[in-house]
Amino acid sequence: MTKRTNWTVTILMALGSLLILFPLYLTISIALKNPQELAQSALSLPLNFHWENFTRAIEATNFFNALKNSSVITFFTLVLTILTNSMVAYAIARNMHRKLFKTLYYYFVSALFIPFPIIMLPIVKQTSALGLNNPTGLILLYVVYGMAMNIFIYVGYIRSIPVELEEAAIVDGCSTWGVFWKIIFPLLTPIHATVGILTCLWAWNDFLLPLVILNDTADATLPLVQYVFQTEFGTDYNLAFASYLLAMAPMIIIYLFAQRWIIGGVVKGAIK
Amino acid sequence: MKNSQITIEKPPISSAHSVSKRKKKVNSRMIAFYLMVLPAALLFFVFHTFPALQGIYYSFTNWNGITLDYDFVGFKNYLNLFQDPAVIDSYVFTFKFAILAAVFINIISLAIALGLNAKIKGRNLFRAVYFLPNILSVLIVGFIFNYVFTNILPGLGEKYGIEFLTTNILGNANLAWIGILIVFIWQACAFNIILYLSGLQTVPTELYEASSLDGANNWNQFWKITFPVIAPFFTINMVLSMKNSLMVFDHIVAMTGGGPGYSTTSISLLIYNGGFSGGEFAFQSANAVIYFIVIMVISVFQLKVLQKREMDM
Repeated sequence: MTKRTNWTVTILMALGSLLILFPLYLTISIALKNPQELAQSALSLPLNFHWENFTRAIEATNFFNALKNSSVITFFTLVLTILTNSMVAYAIARNMHRKLFKTLYYYFVSALFIPFPIIMLPIVKQTSALGLNNPTGLILLYVVYGMAMNIFIYVGYIRSIPVELEEAAIVDGCSTWGVFWKIIFPLLTPIHATVGILTCLWAWNDFLLPLVILNDTADATLPLVQYVFQTEFGTDYNLAFASYLLAMAPMIIIYLFAQRWIIGGVVKGAIK
Repeated sequence: MKNSQITIEKPPISSAHSVSKRKKKVNSRMIAFYLMVLPAALLFFVFHTFPALQGIYYSFTNWNGITLDYDFVGFKNYLNLFQDPAVIDSYVFTFKFAILAAVFINIISLAIALGLNAKIKGRNLFRAVYFLPNILSVLIVGFIFNYVFTNILPGLGEKYGIEFLTTNILGNANLAWIGILIVFIWQACAFNIILYLSGLQTVPTELYEASSLDGANNWNQFWKITFPVIAPFFTINMVLSMKNSLMVFDHIVAMTGGGPGYSTTSISLLIYNGGFSGGEFAFQSANAVIYFIVIMVISVFQLKVLQKREMDM
């Protein structure tokens, strides 16, 4: 049975996607206009490109500093998460028949049901008492809090890897560490990708944790900077939107090139 | 079970020496496994479980978060919670918001996923567009929509004489929640669409062909064939979107800051505001404990009910 293209649905989908793209069009359009042009019409295409909005936004928000903060925090969160969480999951997955490891598994995973506000007030006191109210502390918290979800994802996958591979290596005299780093870790590449994508999206876009943990404005991440400068933007919408666009641009650019991969990773993480 | 891998492997000469050597090897294997998990478990306890326990502990005190000393007050905070209008309002707002959000998100996502799964042109392009909101910062999206509601829509309303658009709904205590709901749905659908779409792709196409030969219409096909197959996705999406909407925070900070008045103050925003700047550290800790119990109960209840429905189908 050959079916023809369903044009009604195609048109409906196209109209729907305009609803998604409209706020982005608006952001680009306002970021490129000057106040007079904006006053005339917010929706019209920008005719003269006022790039100075961007240079002003970069100066006003110290954009490159925030970009560096976000990049450093996301990068170290990503690397440490993949290295440590997969290792913990491996030890748990291969010892699920032991009470201790099984208990630990449920201990980590049950944290998925614990809403952040119950931890929020005490953790702020705790991090500042320990001198961790800075990017280092933030990275540590992302790696630790991410374990709930990541261990769930990793354990499911590791248990589907046959143990025979490891047995052979053990007979050859390979230590447990060697088995993990040389055999299991490389085999986990597809699931590293999933965990990595989810972790990056979280650490890059998160607002609440940087808001409560970071003490120094110089450490502020991109979303936090938008919040901090919101009052200063006032009614200078061109400046504000140039700043929003700059803050969203890195993720949008990566998405343009890797959307298929990112969507695939997110789906795999959710279906596990 | 996994231990058998070592015992099955019979050594050539079964001397006492080699047995103890093998034991040693097993032990060093287990030591390595313990070393892999224990530091993580310790950190998790220190930075996750311990603060949660501390929160519960403080909820029985009258600490304001700043002074050095405080007293135990028993269940006083808990009793006061149920008489505090700000707390009651935040629960009413959050629940109204979360129920509507979960329902709309699932209906809209499922509809769009069905559309994307139909025979259409440019499916991959549309899929990429619909998923886009998921990669954007909630806070910045909130700021952008804030402008849409305060400037763009009233402007359009005046230009074309559409009465209900002329006022900024975010400035109206009775309507501001609708603005937040719209933005929340706009962003949350992205993830759910993709999940439903991957569910729809597991529906065997032969079933459709057979049923259309039997003369079933699209509506019947959906309820008899499609929905039963994607029911597990429906369950998960309902639970997750309900849980996420109960935790709404960023959207509100970006769009209304909880106002006008306290009309859009969600539970998490109230805990944040009251706990950090309102001198209500202990009181809001009690609020957080109740909030935790509520989320737990709802998630478990939803899973039970929806799973039962799944089995009945």
